[in-house]
Order: sequence, then C-alpha cells, then structure tokens
Amino acid sequence: MAILQIKNLHVSVDTEQGSKEILKGVDLTIRSGETHAIMGPNGSGKSTLAYTIAGHPKYTVTEGEILLDGENVLEMSVDERARAGLFLAMQYPVEIPGVSVSNFLRTAKTAITGEAPAIRPWIGEVREAMSNLKMDPGFTERNVNEGFSGGEKKRHEILQLELLKPHFAILDETDSGLDVDALRVVSEGVNRAKTAKGFGVLLITHYTRILNYIKPDFVHVFVAGKIAEEGGPELAERLEAEGYDRYVKA
Amino acid sequence: MTEAVIRPGSTAHSHGASEIPLQTRSERLRSSNPADHVAIDGRDEQWRYLDAARLAGLDVNVLSDAAGDLAFTGPNEFSFELVDATDPLFGTAGLPEDLPSANGWSAAAKAAKVTLNGEASEAAILKVDGIKRDRAAHIIVTSKVHSRGTVVIDHTGDASLAEIVEIIVGDESELTVVSIQDWDSEAVHTSAQFARIGRNAKLKHIVISLGGKTVRVTPTAEFTAPGAEVELLGLYFADAGQHLEHRSYVDHAVANCKSRVTYKGALQGKGAHTVWVGDVLIRKAAEGTDTYELNRNLLLTDGARADSVPNLEIETGEIEGAGHASASGRFDDEQLFYLQARGINELDARRLVVRGFLNEIIQKIGIESIETRLNESIEHELTRSIN
Repeated sequence: MAILQIKNLHVSVDTEQGSKEILKGVDLTIRSGETHAIMGPNGSGKSTLAYTIAGHPKYTVTEGEILLDGENVLEMSVDERARAGLFLAMQYPVEIPGVSVSNFLRTAKTAITGEAPAIRPWIGEVREAMSNLKMDPGFTERNVNEGFSGGEKKRHEILQLELLKPHFAILDETDSGLDVDALRVVSEGVNRAKTAKGFGVLLITHYTRILNYIKPDFVHVFVAGKIAEEGGPELAERLEAEGYDRYVKA
Repeated sequence: MTEAVIRPGSTAHSHGASEIPLQTRSERLRSSNPADHVAIDGRDEQWRYLDAARLAGLDVNVLSDAAGDLAFTGPNEFSFELVDATDPLFGTAGLPEDLPSANGWSAAAKAAKVTLNGEASEAAILKVDGIKRDRAAHIIVTSKVHSRGTVVIDHTGDASLAEIVEIIVGDESELTVVSIQDWDSEAVHTSAQFARIGRNAKLKHIVISLGGKTVRVTPTAEFTAPGAEVELLGLYFADAGQHLEHRSYVDHAVANCKSRVTYKGALQGKGAHTVWVGDVLIRKAAEGTDTYELNRNLLLTDGARADSVPNLEIETGEIEGAGHASASGRFDDEQLFYLQARGINELDARRLVVRGFLNEIIQKIGIESIETRLNESIEHELTRSIN
C-alpha cells in the first residue's frame, strides 16, 4: 500500500510581470488503488499540480510538501521521482528526433527497474501492450512523438504507463483531443494497467466524458489554485449538469 | 597544370572602404601559387570567422611534404602509389582558393594516389597519424569506370597540416570518401578537398571533425557531365576552445545533376566555435538541377557559438528544386524533462538527445567500424560535458 500526500502546496511561476502564484494551498491524499478525478475550468492550476508533482523546473514550490510513503518528493530530481514510482502522462509530449520508440521504451524500463529487461519477454510485453492499445507494430521504429497524431501521442503515453508500472499515475488531460473510439481504447489501457498493478490514479480533466470509462472514487473541484469542493462520483454528475459557473462566480 | 590561375571577374564591386568586394562564388581566385594569393584578412568572407593566428603558420611557414608518411591499407581492388605533377590526374580536380592550400600545394611535390579499380566490399584506409608540425600533403583519390568502394582518410595524433585532397569520380562509378579529423587537442589542419564527378557517377563525401584546435575543411564538388549525384555529409562536435570550420561548395555546371548537403554539429564549452558555409551555384546550363542543403547545430552549453550560412546562387529557372535550411538551437529542456520523467537520469537523457540529433548523419555512413568509433567519441564528449 503506497500513499501520496500533498500538504498545503503553494506553487509559483516566473512571468514577465514577476512571480505569480498558481497553487494556493492544495491538500490531497491518494492511496494505492484509488482513483481521484481533479476537475476544473481552464487556468485553475490543474496541470500545474501535475507538473509540480513530476518536478518540472518551471514551477517553484514556495510552501507545503509532497510526500511519497513519507519520503520528501520535493527533494528528488525529476528522474528520481519517476524511479520512486510517480508517472505523469503528459498532455503535450515533446518530440525527440532520432530516438526510436523501441530504444526509448527500453531505456526507460532499464532506468526504472535498474536493469535491462531480458530481450525476448520484453519484446513480447511491448507487443502485447501495443496490440491492446490498437497500435501498429511498426510504431516502435518511429521517432518518439515525431509526426504523431494527437491520438497516437496519448496511446504512446498510456503504453509507457502499462510498461513502466508506477505506484501512482497522474494523467494530465489524457482525454483532450481524442475521439470516442480512441478515448475508449486509452481508458481501457489505464484500467488494465491499474488492475494489474493496483496503482493510484490522479486523473486531471476539464470534462466529465472520460469518467464514463475511468470511474473515480473521489472527485475534487479545482478553482483558482485550490480545491473548492470534494465528494464522490455523484459530484461529477452534478458538474456535468451544472458546469463550473457556480464556482467561478462565487 | 600546377600553376594555372583563374582571375576574379571584373563585376565585383566595393561595398565600402573597409570591406573586400564580394564576388560571385565562381569568380574566386584559384591558383596553386602562394604568391597569387593575398595574405589572410578577416575582411575577406573566406576568413571572417577564423583568425590567421589560429593557423599555426600554415599560411606562411615553409612546409615539408608528408606524402611518404601516410600509411595505406586496403583490399585488392585498390592500388596505392606516390606520384608527382606529371601524373595525368594531378591538379585536375581543383586548385587552391586560399593561401594555406596554395602553400601546402607548392610544398607537396608528391601526391599519395589511391585508385579504385573494381567493386570493393571493404574500405581502404589512408592513415595520417602523428605527422608533427609544418607539414603538407597532397592526396588523390580516384575511382575507375563502374567501380564501387570506400576510402577513409583518418587523421589522428598531433600535426599542423595543410592538405589537398583531389577526388576524381570516374563515369558510372560510386565512390565514398570519408575524412575523419580525430586529432589531438593542439593540432591545426586545413584541408581543401576538390571533387570532380563524372557522367552518371555518385559521390558520397563524409566529413567527421571531432578533435584538433583548429580544423578547416573545404569540400568542393563540381559536376562535369549529366546524371551525377553528390551527397556531402558532415558531423562535428566542438569542445571549449575548438574551432571547427566547414565550407562546402557544389558547382552545378551541367544539366540534370543532384546534390544533397547535410551537416550537423554539437557544441559545448566556452569558446567552442563551429562554422558552416554552404555555397551552391546553379549555372545557366544546369537545367534540371535538384539540390538541397541543410545545417543544424545543437548548443549544449552557454559560451559556444555556431555560425551557419547557406548561399544559393541560381542562374537558371529551369530546375527541379533548390532549397536550404539552417538552424542552430539550444538543448531543449522540455526534451530533458520528458526523458527524466521516465526515470532516465540527466546524463543518459542528454546522451539520447544528442545521439538522436546526430543519428541522421551517423546512419548514413554505412561503415560499422566508423559508426562504433563515432558513438564512442560522442559518449566520451558527453561524459565530459556533464562532469
């Protein structure tokens, strides 16, 4: 049983007008096996939370802490966080020219587990995961994210999630830019990985659509850098009906 | 024809008192006689990026002929001999366009001549190793009709060397010439490489510059008959204090030829400086020309500088295509973040990105031993940049 705790988290970014506070005291606890949906309007700081957990250098934590099984995540480098079991599925994954998907996946797996995977079982594992995500086998010969469509990028992120088997998966607007078929395939991938590994999920989304496929245990409404309301799955249904206006106007 | 001179044309005009007039590329002075060349001057476009003081006297010192110190190994399809100016190919591929080359030419009475006579599956190697200071070398590489093979000129150790490489690509032949500059850190090297391409022939010319304090390679390719193709590839990795300069020139003098120029470089450290100047001239007669040149530079640290200048002169509109692209960028922190977020440590992440960047060239070399050596060199450079 792993536990990820976020306590009174304040985060700033540097802008041309000086430092700007984006997160203004976030408290959140996620345990293995739990799925938490973070919902909120654009600009509320949802993605900032995701990238801060992963350790993006653009964000400065000014107050508060993030603990993974009691260990101080904020003292870890980006790669140490990943090796400790945190995985961020990115909204805008970057291109790495000249680096093939197969080389990238093997390098990442080796880094996470500390040893190179045995070739034959590894190739089998990659093939099976790709087949589940309805990805063409030739995909592994392409360069990482180079010329990928929006759907291919998201599948590639979830492929990594399935193969790297983290303790916590943070999904940053994984549903954006996907049609319903692709959304179903990607969601099934998340559910499959979760069943296999039993990890905790932090699902960041603007829309309730993905929650038809990935069922949340908890829903947190994010407004202006803070959690404005929390509840069970029924809160998502209410948001579906009423939208965010109630929070934004308040 | 060791003393031939082609004078600049009279169309050049002055842009101001302190500037030497610009010429069209074809009008640049060519002569094997040092006395015909003016002293190196930073106002001359050819020397605007390189201070004469970095040349260790290759432009003015008395140089000694190194032809006898080159070591040749190769399969049976190749022959190797030392020739002099009476050889029918001597001086037929090109003539010096700058003072160090002319100085080297006049000091090198002999030329090391490599002839490819058939289809060779293994590469021939010409080693230029530790030849010491104030040296000159003249090398001739030629491929006979319908031959196919690879010649590697491998520069290592310490030296100051003014080198001329003439490459004569026979009709219907396919020749690959690789010039590796893997010198010790204090070496100084100028290398004027002239290629003449025959009918329906193919030349793949690869320049790899890694070591040396100052390295200036100037490959020129001239088409002499239709249906020919050249690919000029370059890869360089400059460290603190290194100056690596590459100036390519493709002369489309005849119709229906194709050229591709692709140079890529990585730089790191204070004062690391690379220069790429890519001239392409499409003459009036060169209808149906297809040409594209590309230069990309990856700056890994602050304090490094990459100059990149494509020049395209087109004298006819009846062409297939002509384009160029040039870009120099800093190491992308978002790439680093993405890879680190997958557990990959910073050194390995940089290694992946830089290798990926250079892969486009490495994959085109097609000689396994050189690819392995290159990967090891890049590895070594990167380990140094992280520590």
